[in-house]
Amino acid sequence: MKIDIILCGVGGMGALSSAAIISQAALDMGMYMKQSETHGMSQRGGDVQSHLRLSDQPIASDLIPQGQCDIILSVEPMEALRYLPFLNKESGWIISNENPFVNIPNYPDMDLILAEFKKIKNHILFDADKIAKENNNAKGTNMVVLGAASKYLGIDLDKLENAVKESFGKKGEDIVNANINALRAGRAVADSI
Amino acid sequence: MDKLLLLGDEAIAQGAIDAGLSGVFAYPGTPSTEITEYIQDSKEAHQKSIRSNWACNEKTAMEAALGMSYAGKRAMFCCKHVGINMAADPFLNSSITGANGGLIYVAADDPSMHSSQDEQDSRFYGDFAFLPILEPSSQQEAYDMVHYGFDMSEKFGLPVLMRITTRMAHSRAAVVRKSSSREQNKMKIPEDRNQFILLPVNARRQYKELLAKQDGLRKASEDSVFNQYIDADNKKMGIIACGIAYNYLMENFSGSKCPYPVLKLSQYPVPESLVEKMYNECESILVLEEGQPLIERLLRGLLNKGKKIMGRLDDRLERTGELSPNMVGKALQLNIAEGLDVPSFVAPRPPKLCDGCPHIDSFLALNEAIEPYGKGKVLSDIGCYTLAALPPYNAIYSTVDMGASITMAKGAAEAGLNPAVGVIGDSTFTHSGMTGLLDCCVDNVPITIMILDNDITGMTGSQKSSATGRIESICKGIGVDEAHIRVITPLKKNHQENVDIIKQELAYQGVSVIIPRRECLVWAAKKRKMAKNNQN
Repeated sequence: MKIDIILCGVGGMGALSSAAIISQAALDMGMYMKQSETHGMSQRGGDVQSHLRLSDQPIASDLIPQGQCDIILSVEPMEALRYLPFLNKESGWIISNENPFVNIPNYPDMDLILAEFKKIKNHILFDADKIAKENNNAKGTNMVVLGAASKYLGIDLDKLENAVKESFGKKGEDIVNANINALRAGRAVADSI
Repeated sequence: MDKLLLLGDEAIAQGAIDAGLSGVFAYPGTPSTEITEYIQDSKEAHQKSIRSNWACNEKTAMEAALGMSYAGKRAMFCCKHVGINMAADPFLNSSITGANGGLIYVAADDPSMHSSQDEQDSRFYGDFAFLPILEPSSQQEAYDMVHYGFDMSEKFGLPVLMRITTRMAHSRAAVVRKSSSREQNKMKIPEDRNQFILLPVNARRQYKELLAKQDGLRKASEDSVFNQYIDADNKKMGIIACGIAYNYLMENFSGSKCPYPVLKLSQYPVPESLVEKMYNECESILVLEEGQPLIERLLRGLLNKGKKIMGRLDDRLERTGELSPNMVGKALQLNIAEGLDVPSFVAPRPPKLCDGCPHIDSFLALNEAIEPYGKGKVLSDIGCYTLAALPPYNAIYSTVDMGASITMAKGAAEAGLNPAVGVIGDSTFTHSGMTGLLDCCVDNVPITIMILDNDITGMTGSQKSSATGRIESICKGIGVDEAHIRVITPLKKNHQENVDIIKQELAYQGVSVIIPRRECLVWAAKKRKMAKNNQN
């Protein structure tokens, strides 16, 4: 089994936290993994991305080759499209929050973005912000998107939940539960499609 | 067996803790910062009393590391690639003194300039200084190489350069830890009292000794577990793959063997006998280097009249930027998968100053105060405030190297630019701005320096600044007239008052320092979080 994931968004939206949780779950499952991420200057409101590779065999490159990514997991719709050259044209999935984060003057018209998503065979574009808020976890958009993507990750939801416990344990039970609820709510979206 | 999930940077840090490190010395710089931060946050490092505070700059850091090595203990210095420029003096001269306790210099290069102003390849520095270089291809190798590097440093009596690049620094993988960690060295001053006295008479002798060590270093490279010659049947081409370039090569043959002979290269000086074997047996050689063409140039020579050598200097690989699996696949002339194009409407999202950042208020006030004098009067520096070069601020006209705001503004003032303004951050000021300010005072140049004090080293992610609480006394001590050291609070409500103060100092025909002081928001949020966690 081998799965290549790009997690993306804008600095501060939690894309890198999601990457850390998948990595932890994969490590608990005894899989090989490599995860490359953006640090430094570009985190200041710029686009951030993480290449996450999981496999039952040793992995060579830290970066995913173009055209081979299985899942693009994005907390922002335009950011998901930035990584299309990496997506596997036939079998790849895009799972993305549909709400734009507009911090640039030339953010494109949403109709253009929606039309582009329609061209992609496998995608889930949904209002993850709303689901996060409904679960009293306005900051949990990233967990909702991760929950929706979990259906295609090849990692059981309970493994991800354990990883959330390990990652957020220090912050107390309330935060752990809020994030687990967000994960489950996201998964329910994917299951209902 | 202890298995950890670590960034390349963290693997180096853990490796050092386990290899008997006594101190790490560094100034923050992407992509190297996390090495020192990991040691600062490590309980184990605290228990072992490993020193890890940030230094003022890379030169003071490297010299302190050399001092710890002088005293017989194992020391590590870390920086981003351009940090080696700052520390070039101790770097080159410490190859002549050599090391006493194990000494590793880590340089984290940034090809493609993700967070940098150039993409210099630190291997050239290692070659220049005749020092051995280690270039890991995996996080596990990074961990293992620290042990190996310290042992090697003590065996040869030389500092060892460890060179990584952004993808190694900031990529995470599982690392198996050694079962036991080594004790720290006891203090022991050098047996030869002349070793660190670089009087010409000693330096001439030791330089010859350094050159005499090169055969041993080359032999160590040829025998190294980190360098492997992997033979194959197709001799049309041999491939030399350095550091993580080896991973990109193997990615293109995932699940199978590379059909061409491969030299996986992670230790320098270049293992000549292995390269010679490849040159003799193969029709041509492809060189894959993450960075600038060091080995490719050596192999081509000036006239390039030997066998065909391919890489960045012909059209096989792009001349600049970091490598990728696809770039390497193309260089191998393989049929590689193509993805979809990025839709043309996808807009770049450059980094920008955070909403509410104190620098915004500082630049808005400066822009208004300087407007009557016209454009091109503000020279600046390296930090978050460099982003003021972009719209909507368009406030600064230079960013070259740490500290250059003050000294370039001085030179421009001496050419007649008036007013001449230097804008620098608090941490950059104590890194390399203080000596330039002394030059200004000695020459009494008409200049206005703005030291943006946000209480922290901001751009690299909130590291303690050596300047905190000291800026006014430093400026006064250097010789700035107290009446022209002005502290302002960059807030919207103070805008008019701040504009007026800046105008007064722009008009003053001597050295003045304005200190806009307000805490970095990212740092303030982190402090609140830490306070909350401490309560729990």
